[in-house]
Amino acid sequence: MSVPLLQIQSLSAGYPQRGILPHEVVHPFTTQIHPGTVTCLIGPNGAGKSTLLTTIAGMQKPLHGHVLLEGADIHQMSITARAKRLSVVLTQKMEVGLFTGYALVAMGRHPYTGLMGKLTGQDHDVIRRSIDWVGAGQLADRPFNQMSDGERQKILIARALAQEPNLLILDEPTAYLDLPRRVECMALLRDLALRTGCAVLLSTHDLDLALRCADQMWLLPYTGQVQVGLPEDLVLSGAFESAFHSTSVSFDRMTGAFHLPEKRSKVAVLEGEGTHFVWTKRALERQGYEVLTARQPHTPVIRVDPADEPHWQIINDETCVECHSVDALLVNLRNH
Amino acid sequence: MAQRLLLTQTVIHTTRTSSAMPAAKPLLLISLSMLLVASLLVSLVLGSVTIPLEDVFRVLSGEQASKAIWTTIILNLRLPQAITAILAGAALGVSGLLMQTFFRNPLADPFVLGVSSGASLGVALVVLTIGSVTTTLLTGLGLFGDLALAVAASMGSAGVMVIVLWVARRVASGTTLLVIGLLFGYLTSAAVSVLLYFSIPERIQAYINWTFGNFSGVTWDQLAVIMPIVIVGLVIVFLLSKPLNVLLMGEAYASSMGVNLRRVRISLIMITALLAGTITAFCGPIGFLGIAVPHFCRSLFNTSDHRILIPTTILMGATVALIASIIADVPGSSLVLPLNAVTALIGAPAVIWVILGRQNMKETFAS
Repeated sequence: MSVPLLQIQSLSAGYPQRGILPHEVVHPFTTQIHPGTVTCLIGPNGAGKSTLLTTIAGMQKPLHGHVLLEGADIHQMSITARAKRLSVVLTQKMEVGLFTGYALVAMGRHPYTGLMGKLTGQDHDVIRRSIDWVGAGQLADRPFNQMSDGERQKILIARALAQEPNLLILDEPTAYLDLPRRVECMALLRDLALRTGCAVLLSTHDLDLALRCADQMWLLPYTGQVQVGLPEDLVLSGAFESAFHSTSVSFDRMTGAFHLPEKRSKVAVLEGEGTHFVWTKRALERQGYEVLTARQPHTPVIRVDPADEPHWQIINDETCVECHSVDALLVNLRNH
Repeated sequence: MAQRLLLTQTVIHTTRTSSAMPAAKPLLLISLSMLLVASLLVSLVLGSVTIPLEDVFRVLSGEQASKAIWTTIILNLRLPQAITAILAGAALGVSGLLMQTFFRNPLADPFVLGVSSGASLGVALVVLTIGSVTTTLLTGLGLFGDLALAVAASMGSAGVMVIVLWVARRVASGTTLLVIGLLFGYLTSAAVSVLLYFSIPERIQAYINWTFGNFSGVTWDQLAVIMPIVIVGLVIVFLLSKPLNVLLMGEAYASSMGVNLRRVRISLIMITALLAGTITAFCGPIGFLGIAVPHFCRSLFNTSDHRILIPTTILMGATVALIASIIADVPGSSLVLPLNAVTALIGAPAVIWVILGRQNMKETFAS
């Protein structure tokens, strides 16, 4: 593999406390990040993800250990040198005042411009290219404060790119976005890592997305002991499960998703295929049905046929009821 | 390494060319400058006596007015007063802008750090306690009095600035500083109240007169002190416009973009204390301008870019202060109104009108 871009050397993060031992949120761990990769930091709320990220970003002093970016200690380098190698997208929602998208992205040129912040032709090229990369061309002339959360996030990522970083750190970039925008945002970050060769380190609560998108995963449970590995390895070893252990949800290793605990007291046979089959099965399971595929005596059979109209039939002993929607199907089943 | 992205990627120009510097609305800028010049001329024409414009021009070009007394009035009274108003308006407007950006708070004004509180305490100490028993209050506040007030106010402001700087080096958050400045204001006004309680009516009146604010008491000698301080201060503010813009994104982002927070914070506090402190020392605590003028400019020019806001705030602050000064002197009479009342009475409706008309105010700052 390539030379590591970022080296974390027995780094521990937390807060010094007056008079007593520091409050160590993240215990010492060692790992590295390679160029062009996406690393997802996941962990339950309050485990210290933001503390760890701000420490790696050099905005907070580590309790112990070092963070080396291209071999240079990030907490020792000048703040301009740091700003030219590393940029951040923070989680806070904010009002920045009356700026256009373009002007906001242009702020990312801060470490490169002179005393009065005058932008050169080259600066403008970098700004335009950053905007193009995130696909925000049509946002350039719009006021930032009139943009939706998803549009703002694109502009903020473009601003971070305008700093021409080797490492891009994002604290919960998908926090305020709706589901399609989350997927879009993660796909964008993956794409950026591949195209620009810059490494992306982000924290997120979207476990499913993280499992799919991360080249490397950092798991931070409440214990503060970071576990590093491929997402798949962490799932298979059970580390993923134990980090998010909770009595009210269970993790399904088969699907890689968390489930609400369900008491399945009723039984139904479902026949059919395709998307109609999948979504009918979900609805039945939510209603507490154990869904079988082989016919059994004294068990209602539900036939799903996307080609037929209506799609659903309930066959119960001798009777047959036709339903036009999943809703109608569930109502009919209840009435039996 | 920073060049890597540039070398490996072909730049595709798909976004349409736009500038990071929003259009400065040159027409508005020119009208603003013309308004300032017009106000300056009007302020020289109007007063207790009206002096014709041609005589004003004659005096300004170094000749004698048709009446000798007019030359004296213009050169020794109205011109220093007008220049004082221009400097005060510019200094207070810009200080307000700095504090609003620094604290990312639309309610911040030049005095949030306690500069005027310190000055008030200094003046209260001089006016209410010191002063010979044998001399009357009027002589006590004569030539010597003016200077004594300025010195007392300067020392009060400087004292507060030293304390605030000392605190700023120790606390990380701007909000803490804001609260401390506020509490400091309460502390000093409590001290002033105690002094007022034990003072005699004439001295209390003298103190209250100082709190009304006044551009007319400033002489050429004093201007020689004020002018260089204000001009140097404003030049430094121009040099801070780059970090100021980035500060609007918050301290964490600013620091991640290479802004030395401590240095910027110390500079902002010192410049504000210097500008607002100097004006307060010589003109009294002048409210309203510092909080309103930046909002007015932001709303009018529809931008938060300090490269535009700083020059426009200077122009606008100077103009508003001049107009207030003209009105306070009630043209054609010897009556003089309290300056602070005038700035707010004419200024507040104007600013409210512009802000309501534009509706872009709420997006200016974080909640």
